[in-house]
Amino acid sequence: MPLLEVNDLTMHYQTMRGWVQAVDDVSFALEEKQSLGLAGESGCGKTSAALSILKLLPWNAKIMEGSINLEGKNILKLSEAEFRTQIRWKKVSMIFQGAMNALHPTYTVGHQIAEAILKHEKVTKEEALQRAKKLIELVGMESSKTQRYPHELSGGMKQRAVTAMALACNPVLVIADEPTTALDVIVQAQVLKVMKELRSRLAVAMIVISHDLSLIAETCDHTAIMYAGKIVENGSTVQIYKEPLHPYTTKLISAFPSVLGPKMELSSIHGFPPDLLKPPTGCRFHPRCEYAMEICRREQPELMEAQSGGHMVACFLHGREKA
Amino acid sequence: MNDITIDARNIVKHYTIKLGFFKTLVTKTLPVVHAVDNVSFKIGKGEVFGLVGESGCGKTTTGRMLVRLIDPTEGQVFFGGKDLATLPQHELRSLRRRMQIIFQDPYESLDPRMSVFDIIAEPARIQKATENEEKLTERVKEVLVDFDLVPPEEYMYRFPHELSGGQRQRVAIARAFILNPEFIVADEPVSMLDASIRSEVLKLLLNMQKKYKTSFLYITHDIALARHMCDQVGVMYLGKIVEQGRPEEVVHKPLHPYTEALIAAVPVPDPTARRISVTIKGEVPSAIDPPAGCRFNTRCPYVMEVCKQKEPPLTEVSKDRFTACFLHIGQK
Repeated sequence: MPLLEVNDLTMHYQTMRGWVQAVDDVSFALEEKQSLGLAGESGCGKTSAALSILKLLPWNAKIMEGSINLEGKNILKLSEAEFRTQIRWKKVSMIFQGAMNALHPTYTVGHQIAEAILKHEKVTKEEALQRAKKLIELVGMESSKTQRYPHELSGGMKQRAVTAMALACNPVLVIADEPTTALDVIVQAQVLKVMKELRSRLAVAMIVISHDLSLIAETCDHTAIMYAGKIVENGSTVQIYKEPLHPYTTKLISAFPSVLGPKMELSSIHGFPPDLLKPPTGCRFHPRCEYAMEICRREQPELMEAQSGGHMVACFLHGREKA
Repeated sequence: MNDITIDARNIVKHYTIKLGFFKTLVTKTLPVVHAVDNVSFKIGKGEVFGLVGESGCGKTTTGRMLVRLIDPTEGQVFFGGKDLATLPQHELRSLRRRMQIIFQDPYESLDPRMSVFDIIAEPARIQKATENEEKLTERVKEVLVDFDLVPPEEYMYRFPHELSGGQRQRVAIARAFILNPEFIVADEPVSMLDASIRSEVLKLLLNMQKKYKTSFLYITHDIALARHMCDQVGVMYLGKIVEQGRPEEVVHKPLHPYTEALIAAVPVPDPTARRISVTIKGEVPSAIDPPAGCRFNTRCPYVMEVCKQKEPPLTEVSKDRFTACFLHIGQK
């Protein structure tokens, strides 16, 4: 049984101009200790999909369809109170985008980590502070840093502190949303190294959300590529990077310059991502796809296994005979 | 390529930190941020010079000094035979026509109350570069087409909020090109854009650069991108250039340990390739009190005794290849 199973998740935002179809029919699964990368451009729905798992959606969001099963239980059926006491932070926690800038400026870092523990577990304040110290050591800082205020720490240290906070209640799944975007390359490499070590040491599953494909290539076993609210390709990271099937994936990969590999012309995708108030009919990528066929305009391609080994793709160019 | 467009010689920028009234009375010397210290380089005609480094290393300050948006504390910047650093304002104004800057964030660099037409036409109006409004309109249309904002009539009368991030940045770049400048400083022009849009903007930028033989100072934190864009790169660390050369050589055979670490830290979009490795520890020290000797000595894995005492000068080790490291320049 997979640790996390997202089935046909559809989530829309209500706006003055209509429903924004942010996440549409998204399915993926995650085994224990596995790491999954959710990649795509900004506005493709990757963060919305993750926030649905934690039920941290804004008031105007509505989950229209689908189920999210954690350890076999549909967590969408839980009430907010049950969810708060049983799931959020205890089982699933999150490193938010830009979280390092969201630390409370007038409390010490240790206090803030301890607060997360006190909210969820029946421990004394001293015990919680002790555990905060352990966590800070776990992410590679001296335990005395728990007595520091956020402004006394550098960006890399703050990022480690919020990572420690996500691990405070020993979750089984951590969702990291753009965990290193605001950091410089060298600090980014240091933080990524810590995250990778922690994952193997604590045996925690991870979902990494990023627009940076190279970051996902470095950190994840599996990768799902999202475009305009849909998963267009899903497979092991090696499959995705070595044999990309969807035209969007191919383009996205070659849009990144490589530091050591052969120097190639960077590819670009003409046009802009669609307006999700009125997504294109058929395949959502067809207006920008150079292989677009007649059928792509009419019908939506299903995400299905195209090759052996669980490599899934939603494109009529592949596996059409099965359709 | 022998014509030199920009010749920066030993430019320095120090910012004095203001203290409170009483502290000023008792402190002999005010603390100083060494933003840029003794940086020299030349940019040839039609050449793209990349300045690579982490945030806070002084690359933006250097870029701004080259077009004198910031006055250098010391040093000279020669542009068209004149020293920009000491040129009086009225003479500077006519030179401004020949140099432009593209800023990092297209959401902040465009006036929300001006139409695309007015934004792009503004430099030409200030410089009185065109004879009449009709010629100006012609020229604005031309640059809009150059940057693939077609048909130009459709974009001209829009306001920035009606454009996407990629379109905004193209407008910002079109504005820099309207006067056909000889030199443009591009300060991280694509760091705010998504990957798929980024490469399109870069392509347009490079095409125009080749077409008009514009010299560029390309400021970026992304060494992989610098490799694709530039003819020369300079790697900066704490206000100093520590290595300089052709990008292929710098990337494949880095000389300075900092460059080595910088390249090793870049994640690679290939899951079967070598993994990132972190060769250096800690973080960049404060620029208020930079380490004595080589500024990198506190983090360098190969640190020697001499590195803590003397500062290695930027030395040419082979043709057009410079480094400031005692490992390569000998301990004279």
